[in-house]
Amino acid sequence: MLDLYSNVLVNGLMIGAIYALIATGLNVIFGVMRVVNFAHGEMVVIGMYIGYALWKCAGLSPAATVPIAMLGMFALGYGFQRALGNQFVDRPQHIQFLLYISVAMIITGLHAVIFGPDPRGIQSDASFAVYRLGPLRLDAVRLHAATASLALVAALWAWLRYSIMGKSLLAAADNLVGGRAIGIRIDHVFAVTAGIGAACAGAAGALIAPLYDTNPYLAAEFTLTAFIIVIVGGLASLPGALLGGLVVGMSEALAALLITPSAKSLFSYGLLIAVLLLRPEGLLGRREGRA
Amino acid sequence: MSAVLQRRQMMAAGLLTMVLLALPLVVTDFHLSVLGLIFLHAIVGIAWNLMMGFAGQLSLGHALYFGIGAYIVAVLSERFGVSPWLGMVPAFVVPALLGVAIGALGFRFSVRGVYFALLTIAFAEFARILFEHWDYVGKTSGYFFAALTPRNRPLVSLRGGAMFFYYALLVTMIAAWLVSTLMVNSRVGYFWRAIREDEDAARALGVQALRMKLLAVAVSGGITGVAGGWFALVNGSLFPDSVLGMRVSIDFIVAPIVGGLGTLFGPILGAFIIVPLNELSRDLSQSSGINGLNLLIYGALLMVIVVFAPQGCWPSIAKRLGLAQTGEADRE
Repeated sequence: MLDLYSNVLVNGLMIGAIYALIATGLNVIFGVMRVVNFAHGEMVVIGMYIGYALWKCAGLSPAATVPIAMLGMFALGYGFQRALGNQFVDRPQHIQFLLYISVAMIITGLHAVIFGPDPRGIQSDASFAVYRLGPLRLDAVRLHAATASLALVAALWAWLRYSIMGKSLLAAADNLVGGRAIGIRIDHVFAVTAGIGAACAGAAGALIAPLYDTNPYLAAEFTLTAFIIVIVGGLASLPGALLGGLVVGMSEALAALLITPSAKSLFSYGLLIAVLLLRPEGLLGRREGRA
Repeated sequence: MSAVLQRRQMMAAGLLTMVLLALPLVVTDFHLSVLGLIFLHAIVGIAWNLMMGFAGQLSLGHALYFGIGAYIVAVLSERFGVSPWLGMVPAFVVPALLGVAIGALGFRFSVRGVYFALLTIAFAEFARILFEHWDYVGKTSGYFFAALTPRNRPLVSLRGGAMFFYYALLVTMIAAWLVSTLMVNSRVGYFWRAIREDEDAARALGVQALRMKLLAVAVSGGITGVAGGWFALVNGSLFPDSVLGMRVSIDFIVAPIVGGLGTLFGPILGAFIIVPLNELSRDLSQSSGINGLNLLIYGALLMVIVVFAPQGCWPSIAKRLGLAQTGEADRE
């Protein structure tokens, strides 16, 4: 019994680490631009299809597809922000919502047109490999994906903290007017931000492509899960995204065990509602961050 | 607003009503059912617009009120034999109370802006998942009405053919429009607009912002619940995803924004644009056999509208028809 629970919880933690990477992307975008990316889950699915297509057509190993998905998605996010997104940063929320919903529909539509509605899975020899650690059985693919996600999140934090570009992102997030005043090129910073957000989603997508059977309609669930995480953890807080990801991953695993797998997000929504009512700034959010 | 302008607006509304009343004489049943769907979206659009367009509170989860209203009418009439006439009462009251509860929880803790919008999504999704796992309402396999018998009398069962639903939904839409017009032009409507423009300033002037916002959510949720009840009667079957899903909420939001947020006629115009667009793109996707083509077309057109006409279509059309003063603020 204890074995079962510990295995389920560890599994939840591993998925949670990947969720944390997805949510970090969403949070970076919100933190800097105060824009909610309603197409975030769709961007994750792009990453999944990139992983799938490279594995299927070029025979690349899933690990090798991750950097390609990251770079590709960075370019896409950057390009979108420059071409369209920047005009919408100052617009009212409902207009931003419609823009991102239209982007989401276009992406899902394109996926269905190109790849069809059928699920696409990646099979490899590693699919069944397992690490044993005492009573724990760790699925190898999942463990690798979780470790890589955590490494990427850590790398992003370091980059934000120590590089000039990263610092200007943080400065823009902290005080946009002040950032402009000291000569930060806001258009460029916003585009880099969107690129990083999309790259996080893309990398996470490529990492989970071997774990899920990819289909175009997975996207909405990823978007909603990412929302839950950032609110539970704290909008615009990077440690919040990490904590939120792990908590939500575990709550999903528990709900799947205690109720039924299709109801896995029930606990997360309950958690979300509780957090919004009791601590609306999120577990690790800052109070003044409330819009 | 000048008296001349007001008279012109009344005449235009009257003329449109006459045309819609006479329309069944010339069009087919298929067109009538599409028009019914347009009216249904217009009703929800009017309700959503009261909350967002006038009181300034963004709800991204109106499917919650719609779905609850739909299930209430369906369960009451199929399981307890309650006439849908009576069923419409709880279909209004329960979603209204639900709206008040969510609003009270949210507003009390001063959950504003993005947070409030995401809270509304959370409740809607929570309800969808709950209904998908609830035996009593048939889980994901759906909840069905019994087939209509030849002895069915539409005015008793509130179910009938395309023509019956056309008139029923038209009447409901006109009623919803009248309610929204009366409210918007009353004292309450001015309080709402004050809150929309600057809530803190409105409060400083003595507007009871919490109470006014709750009233907006209640009326909006209630009307949406009634629309949901009609949806159940029209369709004869209910699935959690088709009444409570995220896509339902999105469709409800798109029409009033495309038509013109914060205008009285915008939601109706928006429904006339969006519903046929949705149907056409779905037809195209089905006849061509390309899955996802509908989403692609709908998304692309939506993007064009957001980029080029973010104010919605009604303000500029109204000016051209001489139904609004030129230079007048776009939002009423």
